[in-house]
Amino acid sequence: MASQYSREVAHRVFAQEFRDSDLSFKDSNDQYSPQYLLTPTGAKVNRMFIVGTLTEKEDIGTDAEYWRARVVDPTGAFIIYAGQYQPEAARAIAEMEAPAYIAIVGKPSTYQTEDGNVLTSVRPESVHIVDEATRQRWVAETAQRTMERINNLNGNSPDATKAREHYNTEVSVYKQMLVDALKEQTQE
Amino acid sequence: MIKETAKQIEERFGKMDIKIPINEIESRLEKLVNEFKVPAEEAHRSVVNYFLKEYNIPRGDFYTQDGEASTIKVNEITTDGKWVNLTAKVAQLWDNTHESIDQVGLIGDETGTIKFIKWARAELPGLVEGKSYMFKNVVTSSYQGRFEITMNRTSHIEEIQEDIEIGTVDVEFEGAMVDIQAGSGLIKRCTECNRALIKGVCGEHGKVEGTYDLRIKAVIDDGLIVQDALVNREVTEQLTGITLDEAKQMATQELNQEVVLEKMTEKLLGKYYLINGPRLDRYILVETVSPLPPMEAGKVDALLAELEV
Repeated sequence: MASQYSREVAHRVFAQEFRDSDLSFKDSNDQYSPQYLLTPTGAKVNRMFIVGTLTEKEDIGTDAEYWRARVVDPTGAFIIYAGQYQPEAARAIAEMEAPAYIAIVGKPSTYQTEDGNVLTSVRPESVHIVDEATRQRWVAETAQRTMERINNLNGNSPDATKAREHYNTEVSVYKQMLVDALKEQTQE
Repeated sequence: MIKETAKQIEERFGKMDIKIPINEIESRLEKLVNEFKVPAEEAHRSVVNYFLKEYNIPRGDFYTQDGEASTIKVNEITTDGKWVNLTAKVAQLWDNTHESIDQVGLIGDETGTIKFIKWARAELPGLVEGKSYMFKNVVTSSYQGRFEITMNRTSHIEEIQEDIEIGTVDVEFEGAMVDIQAGSGLIKRCTECNRALIKGVCGEHGKVEGTYDLRIKAVIDDGLIVQDALVNREVTEQLTGITLDEAKQMATQELNQEVVLEKMTEKLLGKYYLINGPRLDRYILVETVSPLPPMEAGKVDALLAELEV
């Protein structure tokens, strides 16, 4: 039977934009309604796809394994946490050796510090080793998707409007981020 | 004023071959407007709804029937709420899921297939798989991003002699494989009906021995759209480099059918593919799949050029 549920798209967002995000919300009060993180260029993210370089990993768990990993793209780093509720991802990270190119499908998660800062991280659904070609393609694709969002940011879609109002997005900052990310590609 | 409105309502129902005595309409309107101070528009609406209920007419039928239905092909269905005529063959009849539905399945013409729902209250003739029909006055709608058509009591179905060839239109999709779903890898199928077994049980024929097969139910995602893909044995073997025989050996060695799925997932997940094949319901039935290059030539330059304007 076709299920009623339709799967959330895996958004493409660079680390810098992800780190700048701090607006998380639900569309309804229902406890099962999905949690979203809105980014400064207006991506409404419940799931994301990341390809980057695993540079550090550490088991910070006390009893059970709890892995923290750092995954770097041309603009910055994503922090990944995987524990007992992400058994497959945790096992995969445990078996990997840094540095390596990895692909992550996961959910954004936010944490507010005592002084009011919001830290973003990713809870992975799956983590896999990939090759350099995949990483290159991801950078180009993520640049493209980000550019599309920037171009739509002045439109009146609800996500764009909300992003503009909350972040007062400085478009030139993110355009420069894209230029830097893409220039790195042309030098390879 | 009331007389005019009453006349309008009478005529509108008359078009659907329903005769309502005009004085009955008038007296209802009068009561609402004069006695209960209901605005004319609200009164009109309320009276219409009363008679719709009384004669058991779906609201949708009443409110959208204006205008002639146009005759189109399946692949021209791109908006919902349109009344259309189609000439198509019944490709599949599915199991009925609800008592309000008489028949549900797929119909198609040379341009592709589309899901249909025939409501029980429409009281239309039964459709037979493999026969072709002229469907008049059916309504397009969309459900979870896919188009479908519904047949209601104002629709008309006529069997035709012509045998329509159902065309499959190949579609392409490129993106990253973000998930491989349960029921992929080495599976068993029912020998009777070819359905995939779940824990050795066929949904139709119960516990059966079954025969082995390989397939992948993949989710491909380009950051904007999620596309489900079904990969059959032949393409799975090509893509993963694991043949059915090898898969069986792997499973026997490890005493575990799941090892095949694990191997495939490890190899495929997180990478980019171009898939090609006909669309069926929410799936693309993958006929060819190829890994994508790091990026298309000139893509980065084009992006940079756009940024530096």
